[in-house]
Amino acid sequence: MRHKTFLWFFLPTGLAMLLFIALPIVSVVTQSIFAPHQAVLIEVENCTPLVGCTTETTIDQEATAQLRAEKPLGRFVGLGIYFDRGHLAVTEMKELWTTTDSIGAFLSEMGNLPFYRAMAFTLTFVAVVTPLTIVLGLIIALAINSLHRHLKGLMIFFSLLPMIVTPLIGSLILFWMVDSRGVIGSALVALAGDPDFSLKASTGLMWVALMVYGVWHAAPFAFVVFYAGLQTLPGDQLEAAQIDGATRWQQVKYVVVPHLMPLVTFVALIQLMDNFKVFEPIVGFNAAAHAQSLSSFIYNDLGGETRQLSSASATSVITIIGVAILLSPVLVRTWRDFKGAR
Amino acid sequence: MASRAQRMPKSLRIASSLFVLFWFILAAFPFAWTVWGSFKVELDFFSIADWTNAITGERTQAVYGSSFTDTGYAGAWIQEEFWRNVLNTGIVCFFVVTISLTIGTLGGYALSRSTYNYTFWLLITALIFRAMPPITLVAGYLLPFFEWNVWGILPTTIIVLVAINQPFTLWMLHSFFKNIPSELDESAKVDGCNQFQAFRRVIIPVMWPGVITTGLFSFLLAYNDFAVGAMLLSESNRTMVPAIAAFLGTTQTEGNVMFAVAAVVSATVPLFILVMFFQRQIVGGLTAGAVKG
Amino acid sequence: MFFRKVAIASALAITAAAGSAFADCEINARVSIVGNEFAAIQAVGAAAQECTGASVESNLTSEHQTINVAGLSGNPSEYTTAIIANSSIVALMNEDVIRPLNDLVEKHGDGLQASQLIKIGDNIMAVAFMANAQHLMFRKDILEQAGVEVPTTYEEMLEVANAIREQGIMQNPVGGAYKAGWNLAQEFNNMFLGYGGSHFNAGSAEPNINTEAGVNALNMMKALSEYMNPDFLTHDSNATNAEYRAGNVAIMNMWGSRASQQTTTEGVLEEVVAGHAIAAPLTVGGGSTPASTLWWDGWTVGKNISDAEAEATFIAMKHGIRPEMLNEETSPLAVWLIEGYEPTDDAQGVFASAQMGTTPYPMLPYMGLMHSALGNELADFMQGKESAEQALADAEAAYRAAAVEKGFLE
Repeated sequence: MRHKTFLWFFLPTGLAMLLFIALPIVSVVTQSIFAPHQAVLIEVENCTPLVGCTTETTIDQEATAQLRAEKPLGRFVGLGIYFDRGHLAVTEMKELWTTTDSIGAFLSEMGNLPFYRAMAFTLTFVAVVTPLTIVLGLIIALAINSLHRHLKGLMIFFSLLPMIVTPLIGSLILFWMVDSRGVIGSALVALAGDPDFSLKASTGLMWVALMVYGVWHAAPFAFVVFYAGLQTLPGDQLEAAQIDGATRWQQVKYVVVPHLMPLVTFVALIQLMDNFKVFEPIVGFNAAAHAQSLSSFIYNDLGGETRQLSSASATSVITIIGVAILLSPVLVRTWRDFKGAR
Repeated sequence: MASRAQRMPKSLRIASSLFVLFWFILAAFPFAWTVWGSFKVELDFFSIADWTNAITGERTQAVYGSSFTDTGYAGAWIQEEFWRNVLNTGIVCFFVVTISLTIGTLGGYALSRSTYNYTFWLLITALIFRAMPPITLVAGYLLPFFEWNVWGILPTTIIVLVAINQPFTLWMLHSFFKNIPSELDESAKVDGCNQFQAFRRVIIPVMWPGVITTGLFSFLLAYNDFAVGAMLLSESNRTMVPAIAAFLGTTQTEGNVMFAVAAVVSATVPLFILVMFFQRQIVGGLTAGAVKG
Repeated sequence: MFFRKVAIASALAITAAAGSAFADCEINARVSIVGNEFAAIQAVGAAAQECTGASVESNLTSEHQTINVAGLSGNPSEYTTAIIANSSIVALMNEDVIRPLNDLVEKHGDGLQASQLIKIGDNIMAVAFMANAQHLMFRKDILEQAGVEVPTTYEEMLEVANAIREQGIMQNPVGGAYKAGWNLAQEFNNMFLGYGGSHFNAGSAEPNINTEAGVNALNMMKALSEYMNPDFLTHDSNATNAEYRAGNVAIMNMWGSRASQQTTTEGVLEEVVAGHAIAAPLTVGGGSTPASTLWWDGWTVGKNISDAEAEATFIAMKHGIRPEMLNEETSPLAVWLIEGYEPTDDAQGVFASAQMGTTPYPMLPYMGLMHSALGNELADFMQGKESAEQALADAEAAYRAAAVEKGFLE
């Protein structure tokens, strides 16, 4: 395709992304290396309706406004925010390295730093949920594809339900179902034979619940993509394989899967990325005590009484870099395919 | 496909049917539970005293003398005028799907057919764009949108949703277009078509499986969106999900969970009817484009 | 103290109000309100919209805190007023988007009570119209059955809980909104203030929570949690209330703003309706200040708008909280600070909190950062994963990092 033709085809989508994603990313990166100015604090008499007056500290707006006017971007801190305790915690890590005497102690102390603890959960989540989603999605697609055509439409609809029911309510409902007195929770209590058994009080079980939810919620996505891919399956290749006496398993392995490979790559890319950004189940399951992720940090920074824009921006940039590192094997593969395809 | 299904050995067919049944229960049970529970009072829905209350509706019985009540629905639709939010969601979904698919198909097609290195880098850039957590993006929009006086209205939200969704749409359509042999449009070009004509005459007729699938996800994104709608829409233009969130209440104030549950269930009904009605078109659409490779 | 005055004044005010007939509200510039969306604020917004002469728009949403700073920035800004609480006004003052109201109060402020005016130094920054506090809610039938008195301290609450459990009446009699995050931090704040702690060194942003009061507060919370549902770290106030209504909880510290709906929700068990009672907040550790915080909600006027718009906003908002807006429908919605408000039974808990001298939620520029840090770091201690000292040291470290970023600490 010629450059000019390409440009015209690509222009609308390119423009939309440039304006609404690329420019904001630039401003986010800027925000992550600039912090608000030093606040000039003063003590004043503070009167509230219920107790009368007390002496409180507040910001001297005039002095601060002057600082702001001089440097509207804020105070340049370089990578300071990336390295503080809420993020990469460089100082704390160095100190831990010198004070702990074994790797085990070092790792357990590291678990006390919020960033590394969140990373531990996030990476486990990614490593477990992504492959399970792909496998489950593929099996569902193959199974539904072999159904009678009248049943197909119905099953496609029901299979989509985990995605359709808004996560806000979906996770609320599941949250109550797994409560020790909910329907699933009661079943678990009966299974465990322990009346005090509670899934929500245990970090390990909470992780399992979050991951099960992750697979359940994302499987329909993988299913629909694979299902659509199956419709373009080359029939003659399958027939040839059948004539050669290939077993059903061999047909799946040597014909179906290779045909779906670009879609598998696509689903893997999207799932790796989305799972790295895991957020909704943590909020929906009220699991903040047991699991945190980079996205839930951003949510906390932006949703607190005092918004920490610089911190949220730094975490966002770290997320992007993390995703890039995570995806690099798949991307290298895509690059080879791309080169090979030419 | 039919020939393949017929030749399936019996054991495999049973295993496959059992698996479909298992998945059916897994996917539909929580929803069915919600539908059933939406006709109960809150205490039964959450069944804190005893989980069987959710089935029998003991507290509902105590209040209304029957195990079913429609107060959740009445409250959401009549008292809280939930239909307004549904209407807004309808508008948002329609435009998001149409616009994303139109510009996404063009872009995705171009990316799948151009062989220069920059297409790869454009795809990677789009992917990196998608890595950006949407809440950070939306937080960044607030100031300029207020400044330009475009905050709070539906078109702004539609454009933002389209843009945020473009990387995904591009990647998905790119993957599907890759599956359509380029010989098809190449031969059309040999016959004297320019690129756009080749796209229109040869590609459009066979692209529907990919486009319908992509459209489905664009639709679900717009339909389920919370982060964008909640922060960029004013109260009067609110879409469904932020409205449902508002029913849930906050730390210091009581919400009405049953309004939210009833709203979620009734918002799913039009989708169900849509799928049932267009079942043949959707399944057909997914199959029609089958290309013999 | 203030409340007692109101109670006395209200009797007089009712007779006085009859004289001043329905006040007209005429404005000549636009008014645009942003605020939270619960019923009491909806009522204020609706009353403000009675004004004629120019448009009064309101956008009441639970996301108000994420949009109000941006919405009050720009010139002229989208909103002319933001309805906020004592925790959230700080963000607006930090960003310098609201104006002092001194001249407007002088010109149009008749009818407002001095105690409604929120003063920072010499500047009036907001006008408060409702109050809130966490206080005791309990089941008097269960307490009677267990043969125990209504507790007035947290130490007594532990004894009550123990008695109920020992006698096999309830397994987990204590309720609490201990959900990790904002709620857990709020419970810590209550307890910490009850033990006489103060979050910061006087006059600076240096944290001061890793103290005896902090350790005591955490140990008390841990002791209480032994009598709670094992899932307590996932229970917010909605979940805690649901437990209470289902008859699983006998005693808890709960928001006063929820008192009026506590037993009126559909399907609440009869014994809960009959046994429900409220009382003053508890003290702890022999202190006299309750382990609770006082909150108010009020409105502000934006800085980046014309003086005419500011004046119109002030008039409309004052109309929104005029004594005549209180009627049978609106009175039970909140504990109003408006002249002429007659407190309902459900408001007694908040009134008692005020009379006992409960500390207001600290209105400091960096309190929000402390609250977030506590919310993120204390869950480990509650789960028994680390010591109280370690948890508090972690919270201080997390706060310090945030405060350095925001420029409050070097």
